[in-house]
Amino acid sequence: MARFGMALDTTKCVGCMDCVVACKTENQVPEGFNRDWIAYQTDGLYPTLHMEIRSERCNHCDQPPCVECCPTGASHVEDFGKIVLVTENECIGCKACVASCPYEARFINPKGYADKCTFCNHRVEQGLDPACVSVCPTHCMTFGDLDDPQSAVSRQLAARRHHALKPDAGTEPRIFYLT
Amino acid sequence: MTELVLTRHNAMIDPLLHAWGWEIPVYLFLGGLIGGTMMITGYILLKGRHRENSCVCSVLPLVGLALLSVGMLALFLDLEHKLYVWRLYTTFQFSSPMSWGAWILLLVYPALAVAWLVRLPAFLRVGQVGRLADALAESPRAIWAIGYVNLALGGMLGIYTGVLLSSLGSRPFWNSALLGVLFLLSGLSAAAAFVHMIAWDRTERELLARADNIFISLELVTLMLFLTGLLTSGASHQAAAALVLGGPFTAVFWVGVVGLGLVIPLVLQSLAVTHRTLHSAIVPVMVIAGSLVLRFVFVYAGQYSHWL
Repeated sequence: MARFGMALDTTKCVGCMDCVVACKTENQVPEGFNRDWIAYQTDGLYPTLHMEIRSERCNHCDQPPCVECCPTGASHVEDFGKIVLVTENECIGCKACVASCPYEARFINPKGYADKCTFCNHRVEQGLDPACVSVCPTHCMTFGDLDDPQSAVSRQLAARRHHALKPDAGTEPRIFYLT
Repeated sequence: MTELVLTRHNAMIDPLLHAWGWEIPVYLFLGGLIGGTMMITGYILLKGRHRENSCVCSVLPLVGLALLSVGMLALFLDLEHKLYVWRLYTTFQFSSPMSWGAWILLLVYPALAVAWLVRLPAFLRVGQVGRLADALAESPRAIWAIGYVNLALGGMLGIYTGVLLSSLGSRPFWNSALLGVLFLLSGLSAAAAFVHMIAWDRTERELLARADNIFISLELVTLMLFLTGLLTSGASHQAAAALVLGGPFTAVFWVGVVGLGLVIPLVLQSLAVTHRTLHSAIVPVMVIAGSLVLRFVFVYAGQYSHWL
């Protein structure tokens, strides 16, 4: 069974927010909320500066704290691609998962349940890429099976330097940033 | 130097996480207090001292039932998807302290109710309930069982309120197993103070005041060990400790929790139990208020803390 993940090339990302708009449109994300977003990180002091632009979202961690703390099992790891999902009509809106996520990738949908990136599982099941990946004008995102060494994402990760976000939190995230 | 700009601005998440408001600290405080009252009631029952005219056996379980209902109401008010609350009771999630808590709370109600039956007031001792209460009061085995169940469930309830936070490892301020012990001790201390405040029997008041001194002392030690744990851990945990060591929660922590909630009551109560000053209601009120402020500081500061 696949274990989906993503590689994002920070040397290509220009922070155009097409991925953000695509996600909102595809998933009808409520106004005022985002399932994915852009981070602009600047390190150093002028004139010695380094900037990294990243498209961020739920990391679909291998050790997801949001799933472990869920009192009803609404937050779960789907068999299909090991995607972390929320079953809306099982969620009581206790917000434990919101507090448990080191990436703060979750929010409470105005309808009351916990909401977050689904890796567009409805598209992936049809063999399509997630909406954010499919619209990226610089093709900086690669989505695929991390357990398949021949997948495009696995080959990129094998060939390029990369880092994950907050690895010290120990959740084993599956979104990687190529540098 | 690092500057991070996000385009995200989700409610309750940005700029700083604030998912849990007043409801959760109030619930955690009441949960701890009820856990403490159950342990004290359980201890008195196990010791066979329920025959004495103590408020622990006759009033405390009833107060526990009332406070538990208030606590569960606070918990319910915090839920965002309220109509689905019943989902808690169609499953048991082993890895989720909240699921453990939901089931523990369900057991706490009958345990408190049965403990209350032991010293049921005479005017309620009628019909089948009256016969059951009489039978319980005459059976040492039943008293022992009720005492043991209350002691165990009270301990579980007190510890779980801490574990609820400490299990969320992505919040460095909460990420210490000492939280379970700290909240249990704080609950025990608040419960002892509560009995000290309402008991009509002088011996009982003295006993609980002495016990409270021990609980407060242990709580102070646990609190210092908790801070030591954070300060000797990694950068994220040290930054979390800084929230109460110079950061935005410093004043309320040292004045409200440590000073007014622990040290000053300990000093005053030590003087009172050694008969150098008179007992007063001020000390228990300070202890109980300090216990509530402790929950507020922990819930709010914990949400501020994050992995660097």
